This record gives sequence, structure tokens and C-alpha cells, in this order.
Amino acid sequence: MELLRFATAGSVDDGKSTLIGRLLYDSKQVFEDQLEAVEASSLARGDEYTNLALLTDGLRAEREQGITIDVAYRYFATPRRKFIIADTPGHTQHTRNMVTGCSTADLVVLLVDARVGPTEQTRRHATVASLLGIRHLVCCINKMDLVDWDRARFEAIRREFDDFATGLAVTDITCIPISALRGDNIVERSSEMKWYDGPALLRHLEEVHISSDRNLVDLRFPVQRVVRPIAANELRDFRGYAGQMASGVLQVGDEVVVLPSGFSSAVEAIETAAGPIEEAYPPMSVLVRLKDELDVSRGDMLCRPHNQPSVGQDISAMVCWMSEVALRPGAKLSLKHTTRWVRALVKDIQYRLDVNTLHRDREAPELSLNDIGRIDLRTTLPLFYDEYRSNRSTGSFVLVDDATNATVAAGMILRPSN
Amino acid sequence: MTTYRLSHLDSLEAEAIYIIREVVAEFEAPALLFSGGKDSAVLLHLAVKACWPQRLPFPLVHVDTGHNFPEVISYRDSQVERLKLRLVVGSVQEDIDRGSIVEHPTPGATRNRLQTFTLLRVLEEGGYDAVFGGGRRDEEKARAKERIFSLRDEFGQWNPRAQRPELWNVYNTRHRSGEHFRVFPLSNWTELDIWQYVEQESVPLPEIYFAHRRPVFRRSGMLLALGPFTQPREGHSEEEVFEASVRYRTVGDMTCTAAVESAAVTPIEIITETALSRVSERGATRTDDRFSEAAMEDRKREGYF
Repeated sequence: MELLRFATAGSVDDGKSTLIGRLLYDSKQVFEDQLEAVEASSLARGDEYTNLALLTDGLRAEREQGITIDVAYRYFATPRRKFIIADTPGHTQHTRNMVTGCSTADLVVLLVDARVGPTEQTRRHATVASLLGIRHLVCCINKMDLVDWDRARFEAIRREFDDFATGLAVTDITCIPISALRGDNIVERSSEMKWYDGPALLRHLEEVHISSDRNLVDLRFPVQRVVRPIAANELRDFRGYAGQMASGVLQVGDEVVVLPSGFSSAVEAIETAAGPIEEAYPPMSVLVRLKDELDVSRGDMLCRPHNQPSVGQDISAMVCWMSEVALRPGAKLSLKHTTRWVRALVKDIQYRLDVNTLHRDREAPELSLNDIGRIDLRTTLPLFYDEYRSNRSTGSFVLVDDATNATVAAGMILRPSN
Repeated sequence: MTTYRLSHLDSLEAEAIYIIREVVAEFEAPALLFSGGKDSAVLLHLAVKACWPQRLPFPLVHVDTGHNFPEVISYRDSQVERLKLRLVVGSVQEDIDRGSIVEHPTPGATRNRLQTFTLLRVLEEGGYDAVFGGGRRDEEKARAKERIFSLRDEFGQWNPRAQRPELWNVYNTRHRSGEHFRVFPLSNWTELDIWQYVEQESVPLPEIYFAHRRPVFRRSGMLLALGPFTQPREGHSEEEVFEASVRYRTVGDMTCTAAVESAAVTPIEIITETALSRVSERGATRTDDRFSEAAMEDRKREGYF
């Protein structure tokens, strides 16, 4: 069974939590005691319907305020796939949560209120999804029951959304008319909207083709640990490099180059605790042994002689700023990229991106909380990286404030800077 | 033709091994919280795989409430022996005897909440900076929002409003001295995944996870084992003792863990029952989560697992 990770986003009142509650409920993932608890809470709040949103709003503050304040992860499975949902909050001040949810997602489900149409929030979320390299966007046009299941209304919203989305890098966009509250086109096709000939949401999630999204071309193996069990005599000569396949396919016998040293060797064996294997591919966690004894440490990278990542200290990247203290040029931060930590100096803010209009403000003096912009960095040591578009693993990094240890930015590498 | 696709279980395993290796690489003093329950059994199995061919380079920490099932204690000791592990035991009874914590006067009162003191004491004494736990996000609503690398302050407390964003698989392990991380490699696993993995990998478990006959009685709709800490109350005629075929879905304190009626004696049979189950794992068997809607959130803030 394959795993599909998706994020959900929408404005506060678009009914996102209701949609998730509906997916869990209709696919029979909600247990009786959980439903009873929710029914009791709904009654206490005076809700007309059993408020399925209460299934996902976990923290006390959220239930009190009736909003979702943090990314919550939900799980369900059908006979065809196992799903992990990153349920992200909708309101503006938590855009960083949308970035967080998207960073591990294959697909994003956006909710649009059929009475309102796409809002600034919708555009912001679609832009963030695009920046985070999401290839599949599902636009659920919700509350169709409140517009009398009107086909013309659906088509108008779809056109408006498609027009906006042509400016994005997302290639696969699907619009589905739904009613999360009533369950129309969620698990079963709606009997109210016979004019809609596409699949219900769950069917689409089960069938969307994601395996070709992975990069199986560029071999990148960041070394996590050097394993030398010196205590055990019989393994005295054992030297393995533990790590998770970031991209590409690695086979026994392959010629590889170790960065940054540039020395080459060949793969002697690919080992796991369950026994040796012939080839490894993402996202496998393995142990690689090389034919030659080289000086390799954590943070180094294995790749192919004729297919190497960029190596450099000057990098241009899009960042989403996640701290209440604004980012200004001259800031010095820690940076974690694959399995290595370096220090980074922010040399320049190229522009701040207006995620509603996609306008680039080149005069912006700083990036504040939830801003997205392009910056130039200089690092203390070279990074081995690829453009984020072609490789999410070797193209991403986080920035950390040394004083507070807080994670202050998500970074997506564009290219070397000058 | 090779499709280069991993099954969901193998993907989850690869993710957990990656997380465990990040901890071993970036922390000075990790430890693994081991309750003897199925989640910690799977966690231990994954840790052994992640560190192979090295022996586990960190100890197991067990908080012994004194109310544990004897089967679970002997299982714990057999795993320690088999894998040649280091075991650190924190005894709630000793903390009670020392007067550090005060037990509720009711006989057989749950020690669930008292464990937090002992846990924090053992972690502080050991100087551990990263502590693996078997928590899963599907267990409970507050857990659904917790990070894989979850920072605890000097008092062991979780602050849900100040969680760091967790992006891709690039984990920020930075912390001040005195703070530590709880690390949850099984965050993305469900109860069903755990059982499927137990089956796939033949992970050894305490026998009480499988159906066996024992004397039980009913209290508040739950089946409790007749034992030294749980007996029918005077004047409660509905708490009549009878023998039934039962198994445990979780193995906490004997005082607060209930059994479910079952005939499942193999992981496959349990998978079938779990797939059909209509009551959540904690809802079915843990009296400790029933206090209030926010029970788990409150305990986590205080430093609970």
C-alpha cells in the first residue's frame, strides 16, 4: 500500500475541519467514543449539526476560540492507500504553519467557499503550495448546498481559480464541487450534482499519480553517521555510512564521488539490519560501504562522478520568515541543510513577494513574520545543493537563531548568488 | 521492472530510522523510554535496526509505577538480556517512600499522574538531552499537534503555543543546557501500522497483548483485571467477577488499564480485530484519559510522556 501525504488549507470559515472530520468519519476512521465526545461537545456549544470540526481541533485554546492554531496530523487509510493529512490553520498570522504542512506533502487540498469564491487567502495558500514544490493541487469548492448546487457558480469559480493558477508552478489542478457538511462528493459521488462528471474527493486522492514526482535520476546520499562498531572484534574493519536516500538510485558496484573531498570509490555493499540489498532508492534508510577507505564524515555527500550537485558558499534562496523579529541584511544565523550545520550571513534581501499579487517589492528593507522573499546568503562552509524545484531534499534548509535556538525560516534554494 | 516504490510500512520504518540516527548523531546523551508496551517494543526494534551493527549506544529508561503487570516486567528484563542493553529504572514507590510525592489515599488509586515526578527525576539524574518516546499522533488530539522533536523546558514542560515549526526532515536539535527533547519516531504510525509491523518483523511482545483467560469485572463499561490493585468495590453489585478471554490493547498501570474481550492470539487476528474496532485504543482501555476533554494536554504540559 502506498502512502500519500497531503496538506489542507483554507480560510477560517471554509469548513476545512468539517471536511477532514467528514473524510475520517465517512471512511470509518472515527471511533464511537470519539464521536460521542464530539456529539456531547456540539450539544454543549449549541451547534445544529454534530460538529465534525471538533474531531480535529485538539488544543483547548482552539476549542475555546473556534479556530485551529497549529498544524495537526491526521491518519486514515482505504484499501488502496494510507493517508497522512497535515491540517493547517487558515488565518493569515499562521502562514508559517501552511509552509510547515506543505513541506512534507505530495498534494494540497484548498477549500473555497462557493458563496464567496477565491479570496486573498486562497491565492496566498496556492502560492505557498507552489513555492513549496507541490505538484498536485485540489481545489474543493465547498458549501455547494448553500448555492443550490449551482453548476454556473462552480464553473465561474473554477475559471477564476485557473486564471490565477497559470502564474504558479503547479502542474496538476483539479476542482471538485463539494458539501463537507452534507458529505457530497467527499467519499460518494453527489446525487445533487449530477452535472459533475469527475471523481469524488476520496477517489481522486486514491488515484492521483505521485510516484513519478520523486527524483530517481540524481543520486544524492547525505551521510548521517559513520558507523564503526569498534567494540565488536569481528567487525573491527567495518566502516559504513548511514543515511537516507535523498534522490536517485544507488546500486552495488556503482562509482561514486564523495563531497567535499572529491575522492571517488565504488559501492562495495548496501546494508540494512535485515541483510544486504542490491539497490537503494528514496526514502530508504540504509548503510553504504565503499571499496576504498576514505575520510568521510557526517554531512558529506555521495553522488555520481558525472552528476554532481552545485557546491558553493553563495546561495540565493526563497525564504518564509517565521520569527516575530524581522530579518534584515547583515543577520548571522545557523543553517541546517541535509545533515550538516553551517553558519550563514544574510547579505541581501532581493525582494519581498506579495503572495496575493505575486508582485516583487525590491525596496523592502526587511522580512517580517510570515513574509516570503528572496535573499542572498554566504555560508561559512560550502553546501552541496540542488535547485529546490528539482530536488526537495538537497534544495531545502532551515535557519536557526543562535540566541533563542528558534527555527526562524524555511529556505528553498534557487541558484548560486553573485 | 522495478517500480522503486516502498510500502507504507517500509516508508514509515525508513522515516523512523532516519529520526533515530539524527538523534544519535546530534545529541550527547539520548535515552529510550521503555514501558514494555507494543509501541515501545516497536521503537526498540527500530532503534536496534537504526544503530546496527553497533549495539544500542543509549540506555532504556523505565518508570516503574509498582503497579505494572508482572508479565510486562519479565518481558522488559528478557529484552534487556537478549539485546545486552543498559536499563535505568525509576521507581515511583521509592519516591513515595521518600516522601517526594504523595499517593492518593484511595487503595489502588492510579499512579499515572505521579509517574511524571519520577520520570523527570530520572531524566535529570541521567542528564539525558534527548529521550525517545513511542507516542503516536493518532492516539489523541493533543498529541496530533506535537512535533516529532518536541522541546521541553528545564521543568520538563511542553508549551504547545511555542512549538518550533518542523520543516521537511530537517530537524532543529538546538537546545539550551537543562532543556531536553522528547523525540517521537512513531509520530506518523497508527495502531494498525504498529500491528502490521509487529507481524512483518516478528517483534516480540508481552503475552498479555494476546488473548488469554483471566478473572475480570466491569466498571464504568470497562473490563478490569482482578488483581492486587483492582478489586470490585463494596456495595457495587454490578462489579461482579467473571472469567473471560481478554487481551490488552495498551499496557499501562494495572489500576487504569482495561482489557477488551478478544479471541485474537496472533498479530494477524489482532489486525483483523483492530481494523474492525469501533472504539479508539485509549478510549477503550485507559481510564486516565477520561477525566476531562483536555486531560492529555494538561498532563503533557506538566511533563508527562
